[in-house]
Amino acid sequence: MKKRYRVLPAMAAAAALVLAGCAADAGSDGDGDASGEITFDVPDVPMHEEMGEFEDAVDIIAWSGFVEPEWSDAFTEETGCVVNRRVAGTSDEMVQLMRTGDYDLVSASGDASLRLIVGGDVAPINRDLIPNFGDDIVPGMQNQLYDTINGKVYGVPIGRGANILQYNSEVVTEEPTSWDIVWETDSPYAGQVTAYDAPIYIADAAVYLMYHEPELGIQNPYALDEEQLAAAIELLQQQNGLISEYWSDPVAQITSFAGGTTVVGTSWEILRKLAADDKLKGTLPVEGSTGWADAWMISAESDAPNCAYEWMNYTSSAEVNGKIAMNFGMAPANGAFCELNDEAAAHCEEFNALNEEYFENVWYWTTPIEQCLDGRTEVRCTSFQEWTDAWVSVKG
Amino acid sequence: MTTTASKPLSTALYRSRRLRLGSLLTLPLVWLVGLYIVSLALLLATAFWRVDPFTSKVTPAFQFDAFEQLLANEAYLSTSLRTLGIALTVTLLSAAFAIPLGIYMAKVASPWVRGFLAVAITLPLWAGYLVKILAMRVTFTEEGFFNSFFGVFGISGPGFSQTTVVLTLTYLWFPYMALPVYTAIRQIPVNLFDASADLGAKGWTTVRTVVLPLLAPALIAGSVFTFSLSLGDYIAAELVGGATQMIGSIIANNINLNPPVAAAFSMVPVAFVVLYLLATRRTGALERM
Repeated sequence: MKKRYRVLPAMAAAAALVLAGCAADAGSDGDGDASGEITFDVPDVPMHEEMGEFEDAVDIIAWSGFVEPEWSDAFTEETGCVVNRRVAGTSDEMVQLMRTGDYDLVSASGDASLRLIVGGDVAPINRDLIPNFGDDIVPGMQNQLYDTINGKVYGVPIGRGANILQYNSEVVTEEPTSWDIVWETDSPYAGQVTAYDAPIYIADAAVYLMYHEPELGIQNPYALDEEQLAAAIELLQQQNGLISEYWSDPVAQITSFAGGTTVVGTSWEILRKLAADDKLKGTLPVEGSTGWADAWMISAESDAPNCAYEWMNYTSSAEVNGKIAMNFGMAPANGAFCELNDEAAAHCEEFNALNEEYFENVWYWTTPIEQCLDGRTEVRCTSFQEWTDAWVSVKG
Repeated sequence: MTTTASKPLSTALYRSRRLRLGSLLTLPLVWLVGLYIVSLALLLATAFWRVDPFTSKVTPAFQFDAFEQLLANEAYLSTSLRTLGIALTVTLLSAAFAIPLGIYMAKVASPWVRGFLAVAITLPLWAGYLVKILAMRVTFTEEGFFNSFFGVFGISGPGFSQTTVVLTLTYLWFPYMALPVYTAIRQIPVNLFDASADLGAKGWTTVRTVVLPLLAPALIAGSVFTFSLSLGDYIAAELVGGATQMIGSIIANNINLNPPVAAAFSMVPVAFVVLYLLATRRTGALERM
């Protein structure tokens, strides 16, 4: 491990950068999905030009289950790059760790990636050096707003998933079709509802409002002006009265369902699987949902770019990408994996890997920023800090 | 001469008072100033810094935005007061349990029972903090031990709520109150009890007029622990609190996204503890600790 002691890493890094002035060149058709419509001031970070000799080691910040000996040992044997893994618990932690400059790679989710890109913490990806990053990558994970900025690609897709509505089928006997049972005061399950304990959960309220209160004009749950944010917070405060407990620790969520404290609420497919309890079922309601998509990003200060690039290439192959996806419980980015064997096909089926229609209704976590991500220019949208501040008043 | 030659270190220390003091204080001072005070000062400084709304990066500045944000949103105030209430309740509960237990252990129990109780109080300290909270989580979950045991009598538990947070924190910090209180009671000479009885005082009067005044320093020492540890805790709120929000929960939410607000808000528990210490100092109890 490297030993680099920095008293004020954020300060040092920040001083060297000119930050986002947010040049607006936004499209006006209100469709925030396609990138290229919105441009940002991004610090000019050079791209790795060509592969050289492998370094000794590569330091990776990853979600639990992304870097496991089962596939990292073979990588080390092949390349000589020792893989040092640091498991992070939240996106915010990942951002903070990447800013220390001590790591080469991060498995960033959409709510971390924009911050990393605009902060100049990660470098653009040279796709020529990653042969596995090709046409096999499912279309829904290419050129997304959260990892492709100003025409440059910053992330190599790993996998994606939706935040599903999970329910205890012994209590909730009919499959719910709407999220209303976790939001509305007349819910039959009041007092037994769980919700995700993080400011990003505000987007879940926005997804619900987008469907049920179109007059609010929400086009993208991550682009909320002040009025829309206030409406989302009001809905969350209403939900607070129904809550048995909020969860941020996955294990706590599993035990909450298993112990009967909670019977319905937001979840991840993998948590339902880990709970290994047949009475727990999941569904994607009609309103759609939030979700996440993860991508490898390389540090702007990486001191092992060759190992890092080879790792991104290695983990993008159908086999390894599939292993990660199966281990974590998500839809793999590499669609070719689904054709490898029956087990792979079943996994892809279960997690809707190739079902773009399913994911059309899923809004991947994205950092809310002042520049409206849905392309509106006449209003200022609320930033993640404002979301965090507003989140405090949900629980009061 | 032989002594100076064979023990140069002792000789040097004996000759120089500065060296003596230096060798005694260097290590604790480096710790206190270098790590403790400096990191606290850095934390305070961060509260005045600027945070970029997009990237969450902080840049040195001198502004009061973070404090203004704390004042503008009343949830920060209500959370502070709630946390203060929880910490005070935990402290009072701990004291209420510790005093009778301490009197029993020190003055009534046989040596064997006393030893057993001392072990029983200190034993949980050997278990991890998180393990103990998770144990409480298992106990109070809907289909958990509490409900299945007391359900027979028609009693249902508090579930995951503020009450459970208070119970859990009391369980966690009780030894820190019980031990000083027990030690203090042991040091009260038995003849004081006899004298009190000779003068016609009944049991409760003796406790009120003799034991409690002598216990004040121990109670305050214990309460500094129970109070300040409860103020700073957020894991209990997260794991057994249901929808309970404490000061620590908000700081944890902000520490990466908005460090200035986290830093500014962490001044609140510091202020509470300082006020508490000042209040106890006025009673004169700190001098007798």
